[in-house]
Amino acid sequence: MPAHPLGPIRERFEKLAREGRTGFIPYVTAGYPSRVHTRQLLTGLVEAGADVIELGIPFSDPMADGPTIQRSSQGALAAGATVDMTLDLVGDLRSWSDIPIVIFSYLNPIYAQGIEDFLMLAADAGVNGILPTDLPVGADPDLEHQLRHSTLDLVRLVAPTTTPERVREIAAESEGFLYYIARTGVTGARSRLRRELAAEVSAVRSASYLPVAVGFGVSSPEHARAVARMADAVVVGSALVDSLDSEGVEGALRFARSLRAALDEGGTG
Amino acid sequence: MENDRLPARARLPQEDRQLDDDLLRQAERLVEDERSARDACAMEGGCGPADDAWEDDGLMPTLGARTADGPGRFGPFGGRYVPETLIPALDELEAAYGEASADPVFLTEIDALAAHYIGRPTPLYRARRLETEAGVGPIYLKREDLNHTGAHKINNTVGQALLAERMGKPRIIAETGAGQHGVATATACALFNLECVVYMGAEDVRRQALNVYRMRLLGAEVRPVHSGTRTLKDATNEALRDWVTNVGDTHYIIGSVVGPHPFPRIVRDFQAVIGREAKRQILEVEGRLPRTVVACVGGGSNAMGMFHAFVEDEDVALVGVEAAGEGLGTGRSSASLSEGRPGVLHGSLSYLLQDADGQISPAHSVAAGLDYPGVGPEHSFLRDSGRARYECVGDEAAARAFRILPRLEGIIPALETAHALAWAIEAGRRGEIEGPVAICLSGRGDKDAVHVAGLRGGAAREGRRE
Repeated sequence: MPAHPLGPIRERFEKLAREGRTGFIPYVTAGYPSRVHTRQLLTGLVEAGADVIELGIPFSDPMADGPTIQRSSQGALAAGATVDMTLDLVGDLRSWSDIPIVIFSYLNPIYAQGIEDFLMLAADAGVNGILPTDLPVGADPDLEHQLRHSTLDLVRLVAPTTTPERVREIAAESEGFLYYIARTGVTGARSRLRRELAAEVSAVRSASYLPVAVGFGVSSPEHARAVARMADAVVVGSALVDSLDSEGVEGALRFARSLRAALDEGGTG
Repeated sequence: MENDRLPARARLPQEDRQLDDDLLRQAERLVEDERSARDACAMEGGCGPADDAWEDDGLMPTLGARTADGPGRFGPFGGRYVPETLIPALDELEAAYGEASADPVFLTEIDALAAHYIGRPTPLYRARRLETEAGVGPIYLKREDLNHTGAHKINNTVGQALLAERMGKPRIIAETGAGQHGVATATACALFNLECVVYMGAEDVRRQALNVYRMRLLGAEVRPVHSGTRTLKDATNEALRDWVTNVGDTHYIIGSVVGPHPFPRIVRDFQAVIGREAKRQILEVEGRLPRTVVACVGGGSNAMGMFHAFVEDEDVALVGVEAAGEGLGTGRSSASLSEGRPGVLHGSLSYLLQDADGQISPAHSVAAGLDYPGVGPEHSFLRDSGRARYECVGDEAAARAFRILPRLEGIIPALETAHALAWAIEAGRRGEIEGPVAICLSGRGDKDAVHVAGLRGGAAREGRRE
């Protein structure tokens, strides 16, 4: 804590702000299509200029996810992915990189480990934040308290349907950054962004001192450029998994580099 | 106005003939499939001693600890573990339901629909030949099979459709397992002129061809779900994804006492008419309360509906009967309360079938309506508090009871209901229960006839020759 008064995630966003750059946060399903592929992908993403890694623990019933991440989750589980394996992947990456890592998960796989045990193991492995998809603010004060008082940042989601009062409440309860869901729906690549997005993101930014990342449906360098003008960071998940499916790890990394380049052109400056 | 009430996508007679042909082909395939499946697996009935893995572990749930008994909680269970996008819709639903349930106009409308459309009150019928078979009496059957559409599900769907109309939501989605809830939702949507989309696991579409046809006939769109285990849990995931996407104009009529708050409470309240009537009726004929109340439990809506009026009456034993499928410990059951552990699925904390890593295990039961790895959070609470007990019955014993009741009483029960009947008969014979016994006959079994005939080895085909 004293070494990084803000924590590694906030430090990274501070650095981005100083440099006038927009953060790039790729999402990766742990263990898809295999542990070896995920390790290659994570290494390549750091080299491609990712600022934060969002590593997903696959879950059998991903109710907030569209077809792409349903498929990657099922594929990862079929290939033997577990929570332990996900944390091993974090440990591997942490052994040579200080990139902030956020675990993206449904509650049940974490709950099944025992919350306390999971938090300890995650911190040991080098995880910096946790983003539980199905734990909205106020759903379980005890658990939320436990997560907030761990060494991990508890990252919260804001949706287009969230009321302004609730946005402030969520901002007050969030750590690391706020994740703005770019559309009402599940994850998945989309051909276009919504017209209202810029105004919504601006409203969220004015309600919070935390950096705001935008995700869900950000699918192309053009989208990334557009989001770069409004947000502190962009999260790309399904589109990356799609390119992994069609073109393998090398293809996914090419796509990642094109996103990085687009963000740097788009700039917040 | 009359024209307005026609289902939006009413089908033409030509399409109906096509559907009829489809149905016949599906039914024939079904009998074939079942015959080969029968050879592949020998079904084991009954279940071993309930192994209480959770308590033996010495683990205590930490989720929900501080919110225990708070809003939306049953002890530590229940809650609202959903994506942020749904929070405003759940708040809106909670507020609308709060207003509606205190509004005499709404309540009068529900009562009128119950009386004139659903056909309530349903009879409480004394099954004397069943008493002889089970060696305990008197046994009363609460005849929810006599409701319009043939099961208790309509009690909830009419109530929620009325609520959706009140909230100004023109589009309805639902999940269905056996198809009974899908049919009941499609029916209520036709009645209120609401667009209706029903998600159904592809495996269940195959098992329940008749109900798929009924839903289409009622103007609903049935969307088969091919992800995961292709059964009820996956249909529920898909319905939730639809809701997250279309939450502005869509109400999700969830079919059981599951899901995020306020659904478990709303569904229980609309189903509680079952127990209220049963209590009044048994007091009229017997002048006393039942000693034992029995109902089958998948998600647990008919059981919660039946139990609710008796929860305060501590001398009434409440027994929920889960599906042991091919037997506890085989990995082929749906007995969440008997062999599951608490966890979070579909928006609430409750007992779940899951592996050590928190992945949801596939459920199995011969009854599609019980084929669900979770259970309503209030049942988890009743179990842990000891107010209700939960037993289980396997596929084979349920199929046996399915065949016994028609011959004894002239009533064909749903396969789901047959689990409750099978347990009551066995417990009666063993002298474990006292009368009066009230069993919730949650649905009728026409939908299961072809399936069970297939289990018997082609009786349906023989029947057709007669």
